[in-house]
Amino acid sequence: MIRVEGLTRRYGSTPAVDGVSFHVGAGELLALVGASGSGKTTTLKMINRLVEPDAGRVVVEGRDALSLPPHLLRRGIGYVFQGVGLFPHLSVADNVAVPLALLGWPRERARRRVLELLDLVELEPALAARYPAALSGGQQQRVGVARALAASPRVMLLDEPFAALDPLTRDRLQQSFDRLRRQLALAAVFVTHDVAEAVALADRIGVMRAGRLVQIGRPRELASRPADDEVARLLDTPRRQARLVAERLGADR
Amino acid sequence: MTGPLALLPEYLSAHVRLTLAALAAGVALAVPVGVLVSRVRSLEPVVLGLAGVIQTVPALALLAVMVPLLSSLGLPGIGVLPALLGLVLYSLLPVLRNTVTGLHGVDPAVIEAARALGMTGRQQLLQVELPLALPVVVAGIRTATVWTVGLATLSTPVGAPSLGNYIFGGLQTRDPASVLVGCAAAAALALGLDLLVSAVASGVARHRPALAAWTAGGAGTGARPVRVGAKTFTEQYVLAEILAGTVRQTGRPVEALTSLGSTVAFDALARGQIDAYVDYTGTLWTTLMGRTEAAGMSRQEVLAEVRRWLLRRHGIVVAAVLGFENAYCFAVRDDAARDLGLRRLGDLAPLAPRLTLASDYEFFLRGEWRSVERAYGLVFRERRSMDPSLLYDAIAARQVDVVTAYSSDARIDALKLVVLEDDRHAIPPYDAVVLVGPRLAREAKDVLAALGRLEGRIDVQRMRALSREVDARHRSPAAAAADFLQAARAVPPRDAGAAAPAPAR
Repeated sequence: MIRVEGLTRRYGSTPAVDGVSFHVGAGELLALVGASGSGKTTTLKMINRLVEPDAGRVVVEGRDALSLPPHLLRRGIGYVFQGVGLFPHLSVADNVAVPLALLGWPRERARRRVLELLDLVELEPALAARYPAALSGGQQQRVGVARALAASPRVMLLDEPFAALDPLTRDRLQQSFDRLRRQLALAAVFVTHDVAEAVALADRIGVMRAGRLVQIGRPRELASRPADDEVARLLDTPRRQARLVAERLGADR
Repeated sequence: MTGPLALLPEYLSAHVRLTLAALAAGVALAVPVGVLVSRVRSLEPVVLGLAGVIQTVPALALLAVMVPLLSSLGLPGIGVLPALLGLVLYSLLPVLRNTVTGLHGVDPAVIEAARALGMTGRQQLLQVELPLALPVVVAGIRTATVWTVGLATLSTPVGAPSLGNYIFGGLQTRDPASVLVGCAAAAALALGLDLLVSAVASGVARHRPALAAWTAGGAGTGARPVRVGAKTFTEQYVLAEILAGTVRQTGRPVEALTSLGSTVAFDALARGQIDAYVDYTGTLWTTLMGRTEAAGMSRQEVLAEVRRWLLRRHGIVVAAVLGFENAYCFAVRDDAARDLGLRRLGDLAPLAPRLTLASDYEFFLRGEWRSVERAYGLVFRERRSMDPSLLYDAIAARQVDVVTAYSSDARIDALKLVVLEDDRHAIPPYDAVVLVGPRLAREAKDVLAALGRLEGRIDVQRMRALSREVDARHRSPAAAAADFLQAARAVPPRDAGAAAPAPAR
């Protein structure tokens, strides 16, 4: 569904992303993890051409992404990011309907689809007439997800979508999303700096460092056969944290 | 009716035609150029600079210079054309500047979302950026409208008929009635057109072609955003953001309409175009209630009368008394206060004949000044009126000795000015009060309660500090307000009773 070959982007002479290649199949979620500045967001944004690659190929659903006009390419790809970016002057329903309006759907059909989508992301239909400012952070990101799914894309890109939410809300949204993407068999690339989130949600994890894809594989493979010490340490962080938390909580009892 | 009024229809319609034509051309030119400038950032200093330079040319000179210019091009140099060109050039800056500001103000996340959803550049501009920038653009058009109506009176000398014919004619013939008719008609026209522009704009904003209509009813009345207003200075911008943030905590959507003129804000509130803003008791007292005397009245007494008047006459509710005053006050440099032993306004009386006093344009015309003059017997060597923003520079540079300042202005601290005590209470108190319009007061008790928790929460030091964040540290009013709200949340609300602003004065 998504194939990336030798993807490269330079800012000045330093490469931000350097020869990255991977493939994500239907129904598969690839998480890209790595430190800030490792190139994971830039890689993601080159798939829907929010950032133009300097070299390499992107193939989305069998079509060469670089040969399509960018706005047509993007209409077929769902995009969810930390900033959410709901349109403050539009109601929730109108926000969700934007991709449908861009595709020229008639109003009645769009109306039904919006209600279906709100249900899908577990939002009350009564919220449809509210404006984004009246929603909580978690509700806003649910609307963001509904909007990204409106045109039934088979490919989703997510850039730290839950990073700004409080832990309980994040946990609930992660579960909703996990159910959704399996139900819809989405091919998804998910950028996060939270290794625990990556392990919990991803079929495969790609570790990035200094613009390069250091290792890619199933979480278990990365943990058992890490490419180097840093990958080993990275994959061990959730476990270390869990042990620490268990010790602390245990000691109090 | 004979006399001057017989010509009114002719002059008025010529004036309206000239103004509307100039505005239409100005907006048609400035908005696209503003869009272009916001896309190509390198053009911004050049274009805005140029428009700014045009603005610095005196209006009469600008119109006058069109005459030889057009003649040398073989075009009619006298009549409507030079007037129209001059007015168009003059109307450009406010619209241009506000278009650029409005577009820059759109949240980058919203723009990223628009791109990622597959909008073309054009769709992004028309469906997202311009609608979001619209309130700011409209504020610019309203400024241009008021300016253009006024300046169009200057087209009489270049040969285009306008209401200026009354004014210039009246001056020549020493006919004050004629001058008055011209001024009054121009002022009324400016107000009328200003209202028209804002009415058209809010009509456009309400008419959303999208899917808004069919979902109404789903969520009840919560959907209409609460509109918060502000007058045109820093303190007001920060306070508007604080009100907006406070209302937002109730879960209601909020919209901010800033840069309203002083009495425009009040009228907008009374008519329900905005739902809340901050005003000052002294301003309401003198300009709206038409009262002049406040001598001997305490802050509480003035507040109580203002509160009663607002409720009875307009159904407006005072939701909170913030805890600071923004009053006219007299200030001197700290070294002068020390050397001359100045502490109270009365201390000025023997020295005033050697000192220069500077104030804003309106103060010497206001009742407060007459009252101060009477109470303290002040006769200054010289009185100067200037733009309020220049007052502080003037006293810092020792070009004037005494200025009227605004008591909550951060620059009082910054320039170490000493405020002279008005111990005879010649100036009324100016408590900052949160006003809530009749509709919201009736229908949204939760908003009223939330705003009520601001009671007594902003003292004058806090207000000066907030304004300084914006003026000196160049943070946005929203950011300064966010800090305040964050800090306020950490402190439990005080009892309303304990917050009542204190002492007898």
